[in-house]
Amino acid sequence: MKKSKKIIIILAFVVVTAVLLWMAQRLVMPKYQKGIIEGSMIEEYYGDKAPHEVVFIGDCEVYENISTVELYEKYGISSYIRGSAQQLTWQSYYLLEDTLRYEKPKVVVFNVLALKYNEPQSESYNRMSIDGMKWSSSKWNNIKASMTEDENMLEYIFPLLRYHSRWSSLTSDDFKYMFKKDLVTVNGYYMRCDVFAEMDFPPAPTLTDYTLGDNAMYYLEKMADLCEENGVKFVLIKAPTLYPYWYPEWDQQVQDFANSRGIDYINYIDIRDDIGLDMSQDTYDGGLHLNIYGAEKFADSLGEYLVANADLTDYRNDSEVNAMWEEKIQRYNDLREAQLLELEQYGELRSWGMNAVDN
Amino acid sequence: MLFTSYSFVLFVAAVLLLYYIVPRKFQWPLLLVASYYFYYCADTKGRYLLFITVTSVVTWICGIVMDKIGTEGDAYVKAHKADLSKEERKAYKAQVKHKKNMVLLLSLLITIGILAVTKYTNFVITNINSFLKPGNAIRAMDIIVPLGISFYTFQAASYLIDVSRGTIKSEKNFFKMALFVSYFPQLVQGPISRFGDLSQTLYEPHKFELNGFGRGLIRILWGYFKKLVIADRIMIAIKPMITITDKYFGTYVFIAMLFYAFELYCDFTGGIDITIGISECMGIKLKENFILPYFSKNVKEYWNRWHITMGTWFTDYIFYPLSVSPRMLKLSKWSRSHLGDKLGKRVTVYLSCFLVWLATGVWHGAAWNFIVWGLANYVIIMVSQELEPLYAKFHGKFHLKDKPGYAMFEICRTIFIMSCIRLFDCYRNVPLTFKMIGSMFTKANLKVYVDGSLMELGLTAADYTVLVIGFIIVLGVGVYKAQTKKDVRTELSKNIPLFCLVCVLLVISVAVLGAYGNGYDSTQFIYNQF
Repeated sequence: MKKSKKIIIILAFVVVTAVLLWMAQRLVMPKYQKGIIEGSMIEEYYGDKAPHEVVFIGDCEVYENISTVELYEKYGISSYIRGSAQQLTWQSYYLLEDTLRYEKPKVVVFNVLALKYNEPQSESYNRMSIDGMKWSSSKWNNIKASMTEDENMLEYIFPLLRYHSRWSSLTSDDFKYMFKKDLVTVNGYYMRCDVFAEMDFPPAPTLTDYTLGDNAMYYLEKMADLCEENGVKFVLIKAPTLYPYWYPEWDQQVQDFANSRGIDYINYIDIRDDIGLDMSQDTYDGGLHLNIYGAEKFADSLGEYLVANADLTDYRNDSEVNAMWEEKIQRYNDLREAQLLELEQYGELRSWGMNAVDN
Repeated sequence: MLFTSYSFVLFVAAVLLLYYIVPRKFQWPLLLVASYYFYYCADTKGRYLLFITVTSVVTWICGIVMDKIGTEGDAYVKAHKADLSKEERKAYKAQVKHKKNMVLLLSLLITIGILAVTKYTNFVITNINSFLKPGNAIRAMDIIVPLGISFYTFQAASYLIDVSRGTIKSEKNFFKMALFVSYFPQLVQGPISRFGDLSQTLYEPHKFELNGFGRGLIRILWGYFKKLVIADRIMIAIKPMITITDKYFGTYVFIAMLFYAFELYCDFTGGIDITIGISECMGIKLKENFILPYFSKNVKEYWNRWHITMGTWFTDYIFYPLSVSPRMLKLSKWSRSHLGDKLGKRVTVYLSCFLVWLATGVWHGAAWNFIVWGLANYVIIMVSQELEPLYAKFHGKFHLKDKPGYAMFEICRTIFIMSCIRLFDCYRNVPLTFKMIGSMFTKANLKVYVDGSLMELGLTAADYTVLVIGFIIVLGVGVYKAQTKKDVRTELSKNIPLFCLVCVLLVISVAVLGAYGNGYDSTQFIYNQF
């Protein structure tokens, strides 16, 4: 056989194998389109064409509590939430680094609850936060910083190695969303329209040590540095939800850090009433997270602060951006309508939430 | 670094790449470095490396010394041919042989001694303790068992015996000897290579050849398919059946027996395929270790097809030397005069076989289960041999051998017998194994097959489907080979697109269907422990 023919055969073999493996990988990777949808949030960012002058970074306390549409409609702020479930501080840092590759927002708002975690926690949350990132040194470093003992870098590089065992539990959604997924958020905001009033939480357990971990604080410091280097205003917030507990000792440490760096820190727990939250109506899960009514109120309050403290553009006057936002608002309203309809029909949400089912 | 670990796959890929990048004279030194690195990874404290280095040094030095004694002896006899009488020459040669034997004995004492001490000390202590009062019990020792020590020790021993016999010349280069002992693909599960065979290709420079590389690659993939898609999957169901014995008895024992037969075949042959495949990618030839063992019509034939290099090792280095040793010859003479010619001449064969099977059992593991397993093989082989005249008479009368289906009956019978005695490998101890085998015949509950019980063993319907398809593929390949006497790979390589298609399918099957990674308890290759 001629040498050139041999080379063609080898190349064809390698290419066909690689393509098939890639397709198999696309097929077996979790799609996060129904039920637990948090794994879709990070990758949605890359498809959003609108400019974002404000970027929120953090865990569920940002992506469930802040309505990006309300910020736009009321203040003309074009924002995005780069949040995922139990997003750890270093994951937030690397997501910020990643975001700065694509745009330079005027303000970055970080929710501080994740500072309570000083070590990698759980693979499933790691996956939801990291798998959706585009490949870059930020993703690589994020994986290195986040991996638990049982995890393996190779399984992040080739997720097929991690998810291959899903072959026997594939659903029609896995085929449907193999190459293209639906949006599950509106600029990072995860909407819930149901209502479940705040409950009494168990008393806060006493800790042996109230010092926030040095690893978490190190990445907070890095976030502040990165914003400073890029001329981005860095703001710290604590969302107005009471549980998981946010101890006064932690609050003081964050306040001290903010003071030392000349950063604004707003603990919204202290000003819940000023926001106008009615926790009998504004939460959908007993007070852990806000529903759309709470998220809009919280967004109102945040917007007020942002407009007063940063030189932000009112994009409602920018026809190009406004057109993009009109689509988002339409989707937001459709989503709200769909949820309200379902609530009316069943008295509960069946197509959204962790235990969502096909209707 | 397990064969099924990502690190091993990456390691092999790196070694293969470097193997063809470095100047060819550095290919074998590269393999030595890779082998030592591989072994170092198994114990980063370096203790395993110490053991294998000691074995290599002793093997190397003693080989040279024996060779020198032999060469000098021959030279002396040649130089003094005219001066020495026939008797003097004979006496001198005997003296030379004695010297060589002393060196051989010393080297075997050290190499096999290391194996014996590391692997069997605690077994001996446990057995002694069973005779002692609890207060007087000897404390078990904290001894490490280096990975694959049984394999590399046997390989070193075969080299030493071959040098002492003069069938091979000693290796003068220590590093080459070190590579022979530690060659990483075969280090942990064989095959047990002979120096005369392996050295022909191990140290030779090799040019990259697509055909050879492709053949090696497809064999590696086939090995991973058998190991990861079949063996590790079926092991999930076997584990509960052999550990929760108060629940899984009777029919479950029969199922476990068949599952284990399939699992062990795919596990062991899969590992050997990976070993031979990696070697083939580098142009290095290793001996085949399995030739369709489950197509054997009797136990003796089975042992000529299963773990062949171990079987021939025991035959060449224990059975034959024992059979022709002066003491055996004396015993043979005595037994013939006392028991008659017919029975008397068999006594030494019985005894040699007994010792070989005892050693085979002990080699497999430091436990009575393995010893009883070895002896069960011995009993079956001896009984079959003794009953041969009876079989001949029977077949002479009924001519069953010519009947269709009889060969299939013989094959099934052999599989059943071998699988049955292999249960000693599965259960905790000997009495329990006997009890479970007994329950197979006395407490059969056939409902198990239909009432969904098999679904409670940790495997889903999808898993069973994969196993059935895997079984059909493995069987199909075997039947094709048995009927056509052709190697599937050779046939495939005649049709390049088909060859590539099979490779692609194997890659996808292993990657998607393999029982590996998180969520799976990636079972070690069973033969790693020996």
